[in-house]
Amino acid sequence: MNMETKNLKIKCAVAAQELSLSFGANQVLNKVSFEIPSGEIFGLLGPSGAGKTTLIKLLTGQLKPDEGQATLLGRDTRELRAAEHGQIGMMIDAFGLYDRLSVMSNLAFYADIYHVSRNKITGILKSIGLYEARNTAAAKLSKGMKSRLSLARALMNDAKILFLDEPTSGLDPVTTREIHGILKAQKEQGATIFLTTHNMYEAEALCDHVALLSRGHILEYGTPADVRRKYNHLNRLQITLKDGQKVSLENSSASALQVKEYLEQEAIEAIHSTEPTLETVFIELTGEKLE
Amino acid sequence: MNHFIAIFKKQMKDTLKNKTVLIQFVMFPILTVIMNNAIKIEGMPKNFFVSMFAAMYVGMAPLTSISAIIAEEKEQNTLRVLLMSNVKPHEYLLGVGSYIWIACMLGASVMCAAGSYTLQESLAFLGIMAAGILTSLLLGAAIGTRSKNQMMAASVSVPVMMVFSFLPMLAMFNTGIAKLARFAYSQQVVLMLEQIDARSLKPDSVFIVGANILLFMMLFVLSYKKCGLD
Repeated sequence: MNMETKNLKIKCAVAAQELSLSFGANQVLNKVSFEIPSGEIFGLLGPSGAGKTTLIKLLTGQLKPDEGQATLLGRDTRELRAAEHGQIGMMIDAFGLYDRLSVMSNLAFYADIYHVSRNKITGILKSIGLYEARNTAAAKLSKGMKSRLSLARALMNDAKILFLDEPTSGLDPVTTREIHGILKAQKEQGATIFLTTHNMYEAEALCDHVALLSRGHILEYGTPADVRRKYNHLNRLQITLKDGQKVSLENSSASALQVKEYLEQEAIEAIHSTEPTLETVFIELTGEKLE
Repeated sequence: MNHFIAIFKKQMKDTLKNKTVLIQFVMFPILTVIMNNAIKIEGMPKNFFVSMFAAMYVGMAPLTSISAIIAEEKEQNTLRVLLMSNVKPHEYLLGVGSYIWIACMLGASVMCAAGSYTLQESLAFLGIMAAGILTSLLLGAAIGTRSKNQMMAASVSVPVMMVFSFLPMLAMFNTGIAKLARFAYSQQVVLMLEQIDARSLKPDSVFIVGANILLFMMLFVLSYKKCGLD
């Protein structure tokens, strides 16, 4: 690999080329390809059993593909070394916390593993809203707090890439919003985030690019807006007037005069496009729901 | 080395809060002290309770605790996260294994102190216990590696532990069992502890314990190759 090619690949924090993996007769992933530029949030959407967790395992070198290639920070995931592993932060759906140890001890252990100062723990705990619970055993935390602790652990080593498996699954809206805030802050600091979710709102709110995964195939890839636009077959404007009347207009310059007239009359209650949600797109492509 | 120390320290903190593992480390040493001081029967062999409980301790504590710890880490997914954090499987196994070995050796030291041994006998006692604990650790690690969760680990480790722990006691009452038991490391531990006065280790005892170590090491390697730590 020449230097130019290598630099190009490093600009892509993660890249997958035609990745395939089977467990026995069950093909879990089938020629999956995508690229995640550094500093982006990438969302992999799919229902349970679509192959999302397996893909994370492949990208982090826990599994080896049958075919195809994946690179992480420019290195083939089959050959990841300690240096690359040290730049990954992981948050798994099952949390993976030491239940009997306190919040502080859980993080102190990983501070020792990553050779980072224990002073850093206090800052992370404050930023993530767990400082008051620092002496509580992990087993006694609520699901939302466990999720935050799991995320705090992933942030311990200032990872260049965060792999987050269903980071807000089953959490209340307030905690979900707090976690979204933390992830956006991480992105601003330059981290690349790979998250799996079956929550379309999460994907739309956070992700720069999304891929829709079903039965091991990537069905669609792009920015959330592009994907929605692509499947906006009706391409119309739905206007609700203040008198309760509903008007459907073509989304083109031909409707401009009519819209202008409604605006001048201050008659518009709400205006929407017929652009589908990501979930509607997923249902259209697979006949399945995301959850 | 840093990872090894971190894992060792974590395991120490965790065990202090894990009563099921902690009790295995302290139960037999405490029983030995109590029984050795409370029961004095005329004609009873010297250090009878120490030898008997030491064999049980060797067969029970390291085997069940390491299998339970590895299986629990797998079940809770803590091991998966740890191995993704720049920690090598051998660092984890060495950290946990060394911790259990040292904890059991502390228990063995209490048992040794409870008996009436000379300095030389004490050193031999600890040497025999060290080999026995290592043998049990390898067998327990093989079971833990092979198990997906604690329940699976317990369903294998408890019967195995019962066989190795109680075999020496059963061998006292049945010559048929005694013939079979002599191939087990726990029986050899009892025999060596009973003959500690002679200040010489019989070569066949050393050979059988060595063969047990080799066998369980192979078993562990096979389990690890088949299941790994994930």
